[in-house]
Amino acid sequence: MVKTPAAKPERKPPAKSVSAVLPEEGSNHPRPRDPQRHEATQDELLHFYKEMLLIRRFEERAGQLYGLGLIGGFCHLYIGQEAVAVGLQSALTPGRDSVITGYRDHGHMLAYGIDPKVIMAELTGRGAGISRGKGGSMHMFSTEHKFYGGHGIVGAQVPLGAGLAFGHKYTEDGGVCMAYFGDGAANQGQVYESFNMAALWKLPIIFVIENNGYAMGTKVSRSSAETEFYRRGDSFRIPGMQVNGMDVLEVRGAAEAALEYVRGGNGPLLMELKTYRYRGHSMSDPAKYRSREEVQNMKDTSDPIEAAKAELLKMGVTEETLKSIDKDIRKTVSEAADFAETSPEPDPSDLYTDVLVEQY
Amino acid sequence: MAIELKMPALSPTMEEGTLAKWLVKEGDIVASGDILAEIETDKATMEFEAVDEGTITKILIAEGTDNVKVGAVIAMIAAEGEDAPSPAPEASPAPAAEPKAEPEAGKSESPTEDSKIVPETPKRAPVSDPAIPEGTKMVSTTVREALRDAMAEEMRRDDRVFVMGEEVAEYQGAYKVTQGLLEEFGARRVIDTPITEYGFAGIGAGAAMGGLRPVIEFMTFNFAMQAIDHIINSAAKTNYMSGGQMRCPVVFRGPNGAASRVGAQHSQNFGPWYASVPGLIVIAPYDSADAKGLLKAAIRTEDPVVFLENELVYGRSFDVPALDDHVLPIGKARIMRAGADVTLVSYSIGVAIALDAAEKLAGEGIEAEVIDLRTLRPLDTVTVLESLKKTNRMVVVEEGWPVCSISSEIIAVAMEQGFDDLDAPVLRVTNEDVPLPYAANLEKLALVDSARVIKAVKKVCYRD
Repeated sequence: MVKTPAAKPERKPPAKSVSAVLPEEGSNHPRPRDPQRHEATQDELLHFYKEMLLIRRFEERAGQLYGLGLIGGFCHLYIGQEAVAVGLQSALTPGRDSVITGYRDHGHMLAYGIDPKVIMAELTGRGAGISRGKGGSMHMFSTEHKFYGGHGIVGAQVPLGAGLAFGHKYTEDGGVCMAYFGDGAANQGQVYESFNMAALWKLPIIFVIENNGYAMGTKVSRSSAETEFYRRGDSFRIPGMQVNGMDVLEVRGAAEAALEYVRGGNGPLLMELKTYRYRGHSMSDPAKYRSREEVQNMKDTSDPIEAAKAELLKMGVTEETLKSIDKDIRKTVSEAADFAETSPEPDPSDLYTDVLVEQY
Repeated sequence: MAIELKMPALSPTMEEGTLAKWLVKEGDIVASGDILAEIETDKATMEFEAVDEGTITKILIAEGTDNVKVGAVIAMIAAEGEDAPSPAPEASPAPAAEPKAEPEAGKSESPTEDSKIVPETPKRAPVSDPAIPEGTKMVSTTVREALRDAMAEEMRRDDRVFVMGEEVAEYQGAYKVTQGLLEEFGARRVIDTPITEYGFAGIGAGAAMGGLRPVIEFMTFNFAMQAIDHIINSAAKTNYMSGGQMRCPVVFRGPNGAASRVGAQHSQNFGPWYASVPGLIVIAPYDSADAKGLLKAAIRTEDPVVFLENELVYGRSFDVPALDDHVLPIGKARIMRAGADVTLVSYSIGVAIALDAAEKLAGEGIEAEVIDLRTLRPLDTVTVLESLKKTNRMVVVEEGWPVCSISSEIIAVAMEQGFDDLDAPVLRVTNEDVPLPYAANLEKLALVDSARVIKAVKKVCYRD
């Protein structure tokens, strides 16, 4: 269903469907087709469910390890936003398309099939971590998966993503870059510099704004003159799509329409995913800037995992199957945590390695 | 009253140009705004417009004449009803060419014009670079051409190499460093950007992470301050943060340091800033051979490179070895002049000042060894300390601010690792610790010069 959303709405559970696409129908500008909610097979939805559940359980455990002092520094959890990374990345072609994001990156890595053990071991700062313990929560990469980070400077991943997209176009490898950033990063100047060049050069990139309502502690309506983020590409003639980021099948369906548009050589596209994070901005954030009721209401009415679970049950999947999936995932996460707790810290000599690639 | 038409200065650093074409002839009546001639600088061909009205009575410089000095009289105009005048016997130079301010004692060599900042190539042949075989044929090449040749050669060799920046393609480069690249390599590989340094520095870094070999030109490094986040946080730290998994082989290049009379915001040496960052390679060559050989090395290395050029030396010619593939080692200093009495350490345009001072000191019986660091990170401390061991005296020459400078670092190295070799404290001769002023006399006072170097050398040699 496509409709024009009202201006500056108060935060409320997102609509059940994709709510808007720009430019409006009848415009002369190229326009992505209206996305359809993905019609998943039972196996497909089960797969999405497992991935979302893995992210949730992984993040819960990470939060716990942080509380125990096993994870240090900044740690930003993805709980509540799972449907975004899972829905979008399930539509990409691994090994061809590239992904880049900010510091809230654990979920995107798990959604790209990266081993939870090496991610958790990075969080605990161990030598077996994916960055050999030198990156931490915000700085993780897997070039093998074409996952390019994991960037700690808010908004920096957007021009970097445009650079990856430039590479796809330059080498004609057929790939598309998916560059994620938040509603907070969407106010950084470099984002618009990137929009301009991406549109000018028709780079194959999908700009994904994960709008979880808060730039750290600042509500969207207090930080953004235009709160409908999917309109933020208007000045650059970049079409926008607003998507219910709490429904994995809506997200997947929208991703397909977006990819079709971008792979068609039409240049960039902007997707606003309306989502919500249940936890604070980082582990040290008590989230006093919003009411407990607001959070509870989102959990009760819009939880992406509960929604998928209900749909699976409707499809005929048994409670028992779902329970056994949950059990398996808990086991996977426990093993990752054990690995991360028991594997050794980096060797002191690693302090001096990897500063430069070559020797001079 | 007859009016003298003088060769105009068409850029802040222009000293002379070619009178390419006259668009008027003797006897023509011209009005304000008429185009009189086309003048070629080393960067561009410019139109020369009339300001005054009258009759062209005499053309003094024929079209096609090269090396016409700025301020030279090129034609005469007579106002209506006047007789054809003859030019004044001696054309007075343009007022800017001769600053009125009296130089202070001890600073009589202070230059304002870049012609003075960059002394002639020293007569004594520099000690040949170990990487160049004996007997190699040398070709005189400007630094500007050497840089262009380096990029062109690497682009021919490797399709992953591309050049991106403001005005690099159709305009042929704001300083004409990328001249001809668009024609040879096309718009896919020579890319004009909007004026958006932060954005295209990020695009360059991202493209490098994805496997390409970007050469990102900043029109000057002053503008790279807008982009410094990507140079430091995205390019320099990625390899380390990823545990060696993700590389960022990008080159950020462009002119650095003071130009001429462009004021504080356009005149700064960022060498010390970038050289303080682990994960970066920082190169600041002086002459054409090093510019070429080191830029080629910079493009090839797997590490991110900040490549600092200098506008004032772009137009100067030096010998470049005629080798098929002239690549120099990164991180190796070069002894530009051998000497036993004192070591002068410098880089970039400072090398010209150090060499000039060395020649003058030789006349007073002091033989200075001049070291061009060439790479600021990693620093070749071995060459510096070996020279110190020989001369026991050292002066660092730097076109930049004194505080937290490359000079400071060299002095620290000498203290920590060469203390027993020192017969005198190491001195630094740098720009004054002020933002660079615009006024000609103040600018001259602010910039490092050979007179100050000579004074410092005499001090460390106890000859003052």
